[in-house]
Amino acid sequence: MNHELMDERLARKLCILADAAKYDASCASSGAPKRAADAQGLGSTAHGICHAYTPDGRCVSLLKILLTNYCLYDCAYCVNRRSSNVRRARFSVEEVVELTIAFYKRNYIEGLFLSSGIIRSPDHTMEQLIQVARTLRRDRGFRGYIHLKTIPDASPWLIEQAGLWADRLSINIELSTEASLRKLAPDKNSAAIDAAMSQIRDRISEAKAERRSFSPAGQSTQVIIGADEATDEAVLRRTGRLYDEFGLKRVYYSAFSPIPAASAQLPLKAPPLTRENRLYQADWLLRFYGFSVDEIMAGGADGMLDLEVDPKLAWALKNRHRFPVDVNRADREMLLRVPGLGKRAVDKIIQARRHRTLSLDDLARLTTGLKRGRPFLVAAGHRPTRLLDRLDLRQSLVEPARQLRLL
Amino acid sequence: MRRVVLNEGADLEGFRTAARRLVAEGVPPEETVWSSDGALPLFGLAPAAEPVSPLRLPRAAAEHIETVVRHRDSERFALLYQFVWRVLHGERRLLEVPSDPLVHRLERMARSVRRDIHKMHAFLRFRRDEEATDERFVAWFEPEHFILEAAAPFFVERFRALRWAILTPLGSAHWDGVALTFGPAADRSQAPGKDAWEDSWRGYYESVFNPARINARAMRAEMPKKYWRNLPEATAIPHLVRTARSRVTEMLEQEATMPAKRKPEAALDAMRAPAITSLKQLNKLLMASDPLVPGATQAVPGEGPEDAEIVFVGEQPGDQEDRQGRPFVGPAGQLFDRALAEAGLNREEVYVTNAVKHFKFEMRGKRRIHQKPTAGEVKHYRWWLEKELELIKPKLVVALGGTAVLAMTGKSIPIIRARGFARFPDGYDGYITVHPSYLLRLPDEAAKAAAYRQFVSDLEAIRTIAADHPRGRVRAPAAAE
Ligand code: SF4
Repeated sequence: MNHELMDERLARKLCILADAAKYDASCASSGAPKRAADAQGLGSTAHGICHAYTPDGRCVSLLKILLTNYCLYDCAYCVNRRSSNVRRARFSVEEVVELTIAFYKRNYIEGLFLSSGIIRSPDHTMEQLIQVARTLRRDRGFRGYIHLKTIPDASPWLIEQAGLWADRLSINIELSTEASLRKLAPDKNSAAIDAAMSQIRDRISEAKAERRSFSPAGQSTQVIIGADEATDEAVLRRTGRLYDEFGLKRVYYSAFSPIPAASAQLPLKAPPLTRENRLYQADWLLRFYGFSVDEIMAGGADGMLDLEVDPKLAWALKNRHRFPVDVNRADREMLLRVPGLGKRAVDKIIQARRHRTLSLDDLARLTTGLKRGRPFLVAAGHRPTRLLDRLDLRQSLVEPARQLRLL
Repeated sequence: MRRVVLNEGADLEGFRTAARRLVAEGVPPEETVWSSDGALPLFGLAPAAEPVSPLRLPRAAAEHIETVVRHRDSERFALLYQFVWRVLHGERRLLEVPSDPLVHRLERMARSVRRDIHKMHAFLRFRRDEEATDERFVAWFEPEHFILEAAAPFFVERFRALRWAILTPLGSAHWDGVALTFGPAADRSQAPGKDAWEDSWRGYYESVFNPARINARAMRAEMPKKYWRNLPEATAIPHLVRTARSRVTEMLEQEATMPAKRKPEAALDAMRAPAITSLKQLNKLLMASDPLVPGATQAVPGEGPEDAEIVFVGEQPGDQEDRQGRPFVGPAGQLFDRALAEAGLNREEVYVTNAVKHFKFEMRGKRRIHQKPTAGEVKHYRWWLEKELELIKPKLVVALGGTAVLAMTGKSIPIIRARGFARFPDGYDGYITVHPSYLLRLPDEAAKAAAYRQFVSDLEAIRTIAADHPRGRVRAPAAAE
């Protein structure tokens, strides 16, 4: 293959195999150890640069493609399932390597996110993925980011090999309950998924302890939202376990979105983007704000989050007796529970109040979420007692629905 | 009123010199006027009689100044001088008060500069210079602030092996593989007008867009329009936005597709068949695998008949094994063969393998000194051992030494305590004894002879137990390690 020549055939394949990979939400290139190119090598890792944004507002950081979209499995939600009528294509290992390098040299991407339909067998598929990563790293001196999708049914040995070359490994659980998995992804096996995830977790922590490199940016997963009946609560409980038991770096939520050549089993509708957004917010509360799943769910009803207000505000509205919080005195933990105050704003408040007594004007310079926070906090010259008792408080804080729904 | 005129751009040096002198002379900010049109060579102060001493600022404050001077706002120097003045007159920790209006404003300026640097790292696109004989890349970029010097080192780290130039209306940067140099401002016509890969990059960009999620406002927040004209993919945006709705409607109106074709039964059966059914296949895979710790010449697979009754598990290949690609061929291996024969066992009839399949060593002079595998390495290689045992289904598994015991039990147990018959957690019965290399290491000849006799009697016991022991696992594997 000519190194610097992009022929049309390859360009067509690229479109098919990028289209086939776009339903995977994980695109981050963060968390890798800092690495610079040496005199012969190419590439470095920085903190998750987004090189472009598509008109859906999503970041393009990696060359996210499938090695092939031929697949022997038949997952109902997936555009590439064996019973789908989409156009198929297949890259060679060499082609993916050349594409990655050519794109990287032009500063289009941070690296590669490679996945694949299952061809021949899980082991064969996994071997091909590893082959790409190994060629990039060892033969081409590539030091950019590599994320490999891991085939959970592949031999554990191959997962071990993948971790030697990749910055991140991921296995998508896709469905948060076993019943859904049986119904919609009959070829997949939740025991194999769990086993592979715990294997990766063990290897990562051993490698850290022994100062070796094994999937240094950790592992992540994706859950599809809205393809099955699972409630937000079921999703978040599963998420909570994934963080606690498997030490996952990130869980991605992906609103089930219309696909070409859809299955009769899953009628198409508009993707539940607001729900997806609320789940991301809840996920942050779980990881960084000290909330439990029970607390988050108390803000919603019937196992679903409130779609009109964010989950922290929803919790605060139902726990008004815990407010108002005095920004000049409250501890960090409680400040983090004030609607509209993010982690960074809380840090700044704590720093600034050592030197000044903070007024509302001061706060306005420290956070952009003051409108939501005001009724819940006390500052110099500001007490919201009456506000907190208002019955229409919730209504006054609901943001007008923005351009989130297209249909 | 003191009038200070600095050079255009991020004139940190000029600002520093001026601020030092103004502070030394006790001129407060209200009595200064700053401009940076660069009309005058340096600043409109009378030449200093003697060099003035540097300002003693907290480090964070000094760094903050270095960032803010890059901002395009013509007020930046006046604001920074106010800041310096206050820090030196009773407010040393001013920077720690983010709610202060001046600090807040400077912080917003610094953030804008940092964002511009970040966006330059993200949105700059190289084009290959087709006129250059070797591989050389050129980019045209229009930054908002005076950031070129601050942003360029990132590209050196990333593209050290390439030759490249970055051209901007505020200056240019050049990397020749050795040194980074800065040159004069340039214009767009000096950069190549296209690149052979841009069409496929645009095709990629179009393909990853999901029309059902359209949210152009979010896109513009992160990738403001001012960057579009230098992004080759951005020409696709209007069309993608315009057609999004109709593409989705079309998908929704389409009938669900009928499952295509017949079920590929044969391919599915082939897929579900176990991938590895013989030691030969297993070892082929092993030979193609990479060592966990780089350095070994080759993987060393186990050796012996596929229907062996006894499997001996050692630690890891040594120097000789690594060269020859066979297990137990070095000095310890020869001793092991001798002991086997004395105990009435035949090396040809047993299977010998290692817990770890690659040699790990440290160079000492010209010699490769064996290094004990870590617990993580033992676990990494465990799958091979499991597969070997599954395929062979031996009567007994003999763990030779601590590493093998760790591989078989998941725990570190002193050999002295565990020596003898063993029930391993994964369902096999077996035996624990020392590794033959231990016999070689004993310094005292008498102790060596005694240990050797004990080792041989262990092997005799193993032979006796194996005689009427069933094959394979005799229990279900324990759940946890
Ligand atoms: S295994 Fe399932 S989810 Fe993955 S490509 Fe195949 S059909 Fe799609």
